[in-house]
Amino acid sequence: MVARERREAGAASGPTAVASSDALIVVRNFTKDYVMGDFTVNALRGVSLEIGRAEFVAVMGPSGSGKSTFMHLIGCLDRPTTGDYLIDGVNVASLDADERAEIRNNKIGFVFQGFNLLARTSALENVELPLAYAGVPTRERRERSEAALEAVGLSDRAGHLPNQLSGGQQQRVAIARALVSGAPLLLADEPTGNLDSKTSDEVMGILVRMNEERGITIVLVTHEMDIAEYASRVVVFRDGKIETDRLNQNRRRPAGMPPVAAVPVVQTKARA
Amino acid sequence: MTFFGLVRIAVRAFSRHRLRALLTALGIIIGVGAFVTMVAIGRGASEKVNSQIASMGTNMLVVFGGSSNMGGARGGMGSSASSLTDSDADAIRTTCDTVKYAAPMINSQAQIVWNGSNWASSITGTTPEYLAIRSWNVQRGAFFGQRDVEAGNKVCVLGQTVVDQVFGGDDPIGQFIRVRTLSCQVLGVMARKGQNQMGQDQDDVVLMPLNTVRRKLFNMGGAAASSVSRILLSANSASDTKRASAQVEALLRQRHHTVEGDPEAPSVRDLTEFAEMAQETTRTMTLLLAGIAAVSLVVGGIGIMNIMLVSVTERTREIGIRMAVGAKGKHVLVQFLLEAILLTLAGGLVGMGLGTGAAKLFSDIMEWPTELGWQSYSIGFSFSMVVGVVFGFYPAWRASRLDPIEALRYE
Ligand SMILES: Nc1ncnc2c1ncn2[C@@H]1O[C@H](COP(=O)(O)OP(=O)(O)OP(=O)(O)O)[C@@H](O)[C@H]1O
Ligand SMILES: [Mg+2]
Repeated sequence: MVARERREAGAASGPTAVASSDALIVVRNFTKDYVMGDFTVNALRGVSLEIGRAEFVAVMGPSGSGKSTFMHLIGCLDRPTTGDYLIDGVNVASLDADERAEIRNNKIGFVFQGFNLLARTSALENVELPLAYAGVPTRERRERSEAALEAVGLSDRAGHLPNQLSGGQQQRVAIARALVSGAPLLLADEPTGNLDSKTSDEVMGILVRMNEERGITIVLVTHEMDIAEYASRVVVFRDGKIETDRLNQNRRRPAGMPPVAAVPVVQTKARA
Repeated sequence: MTFFGLVRIAVRAFSRHRLRALLTALGIIIGVGAFVTMVAIGRGASEKVNSQIASMGTNMLVVFGGSSNMGGARGGMGSSASSLTDSDADAIRTTCDTVKYAAPMINSQAQIVWNGSNWASSITGTTPEYLAIRSWNVQRGAFFGQRDVEAGNKVCVLGQTVVDQVFGGDDPIGQFIRVRTLSCQVLGVMARKGQNQMGQDQDDVVLMPLNTVRRKLFNMGGAAASSVSRILLSANSASDTKRASAQVEALLRQRHHTVEGDPEAPSVRDLTEFAEMAQETTRTMTLLLAGIAAVSLVVGGIGIMNIMLVSVTERTREIGIRMAVGAKGKHVLVQFLLEAILLTLAGGLVGMGLGTGAAKLFSDIMEWPTELGWQSYSIGFSFSMVVGVVFGFYPAWRASRLDPIEALRYE
C-alpha cells in the first residue's frame, strides 16, 4: 500500500526553506511573468500549494488561468520568476539544468495532451527512453518497459509505432513512459483532451489504479468536471492564482473498480 | 544512452531523409575522394621523378663544350662538334679528386638495318665508364672494353627498344647490324631504363666505342678525331657534386684559356640540382593538389553544418521530448555530434572508395603512375572525422542548449 514515511525535508535548505512537511510538493509564492516586448503577461501571480504523497489532484480553471504554466514549473521544465519549490525534499531553485534533468528523469513523469511520443519509434522504445537516459542496462530497461506497458494493458502493442496506435493507446504508452522510472509524481496536462469519453474513462482508470496501487502522486489538469471527479482534491485557478482548493468528497470510480474502500489519502495541512 | 542506441537514433534520422543525407555527405565524398586521388597522383608523379632521377645516373655532372671555333669540326657531325676532347676527360679524371668517373661521349642519329628491318636510332659513342656513371647494367652479353674504344673496333651494345624494333623475337647477340654504312657486331643488350624526364625513350640507343663512331662511322679526321660533344662525370658522392662542378670548371678554364662567363668556355651542369628542382616541383604540386582537396573538404563540412542546423530545428520537438524525460545537455550534444560524425565518416569511406577508383582510372587513361598509400587513407579518414566534429559541434551545441519547455512548445 501507500508509503507513509515522514521526511524531514526543506528544513535545512537555506534561508528560503519552506517549513518541514511530509508533502511531496511544496510550492511557495510562485510567480511567472512572460515578457513580450512592451508588455508583460503575469501568468502566475503568487501560487502556494502543498501536495502530499499519493494525493490525486485535479487542477481546473478557465483558459489562460495559468494551469499549464504551473504544471511546467512543478515539472521542472521551466523556472519560476519568483518563488520556492521543494520536490521530494529537494530545493529545485538551487539546481542547475543537468540536475533538473535528473529530477525530471527519476522523480517526475509527464503526460501531455498531445501525447508527445517520439515518431517512428516503437511503443517499447518510447517507454524505454527515461531509463536510457538514467543509464539503466539494456536488459533491465527492456524488462521494466515491458512491465510498464503491461500495466497499461498494451503488452501486445510493444512493437507498434505511434502512428499505428489509437489516441487512447498512445496516451497509455505515454503513461507507461511516465511510470517506468518509478517516479513518485505523475503530471498530466489535459491527458484526455484529445480523447473521446469512453477512452478518457479507460485512461483515467489507469491513473486511478496507479494512484491507489502504487501510491503515485498525480496532478492532472482538466477542463471537464467528470474527469476532475476522479480526483481526491480539486484546485481551481483563476487569473494566475488559486481560487478554490477543496477535497472531493464523492470521488467517481472508474468502471470495473471497487468503490472507495479504505483508500488512504495523505491529507495535507489546511489550505489558505 | 548507449553508444549503440545513439547510432540507432542517427541511422533512423538518416533513413528518414535518405536523399538529404546523401547530398549532405556528397561534399565529404567529393572532398575525401579528391584528396585520395590528388595525393595518389602527386605521389605517383614524385615517384616517377625519383625513378627518372635514379635512371639518369649517380651524382652525375655533364660537361658541355662551348661553341667551337675549331675549323672543320662541324662537318658531318652537326651540333655534336665542340671544343671538348678526350684529353679533357683524362685531365678531369686525373686531377679532380672529387670526380670518380669521366666518360667522354659523342651523339648522333643513324639508320640501323638488320636482315631487312630498318630503324632510325640514336647512336652514342663512349667509353666503358659510361655504364658506372649512368648506373646502367648490361642485361645480356657484354659491354665493349677500353681496348675496343682505343682500337675503334666495330662492335656495339643495343638498348631494348632497338632490340624490339629491329630483332623482334630474335637473339641479337653475335649478329652483325649495319649502322649507316658500317657493319658492327652486337656484343650485348642493355637493361631497360624507360623514359627520361623529357619523355625521351632512353632505350632507343645504340652504344658504340667512342673511336668507332668518330673515325669509322663519321670518318672524322684531324682535330675532330679527338673531339667529343660531352663528358659525363660522376662525383664521389652526392655531397661532392658542387665541389666537383667548381673543380672541373676551373680546370677546363685553364685548359681552354677562357675566363669565367665566356660563352666559348665549356660549362658544367650539376644534374643533381636539376633533380632536386624536379623533386621540389612535384612536392609543390602534391601540396597544391592536397590543398585543393582540403578546401573541398571544408566546403563539404559547411554543408554538413548547414544540414545539421536544419535538422536540429526540425527536430526541436523531439529534443524537447527527450529533455522532458531526462536527457541532459550532454546527451543531446553527443547525439547530434555523433550524427554529424557518422555522416562524414560514411561520406569519407565512400569517398575513399571513389578516390581509389578515380586514381586507378586516371593512371589507366592518362598512363600516369599513381601511388595509393595507407597514409592518404588514414589522413582522409581522420580528416572526415575532424570535419564531422568541427562542423557538427556548433549545431549539436545549439541543440543541447535548447530550453526544454520552448523546445516542447515548438511547432
Ligand atoms: N511562452 C509564453 N509566452 C507568453 N505568454 C505565455 C506563454 N505561455 C503562456 N503564456 C500566457 O500565460 C497565461 C497562462 O497560460 P497557460 O498556458 O498557463 O494557461 P492554461 O490555464 O493552461 O490555459 P488552457 O486551459 O487554455 O490550457 C496565458 O495568458 C498565456 O497567454
Ligand atoms: Mg494549458
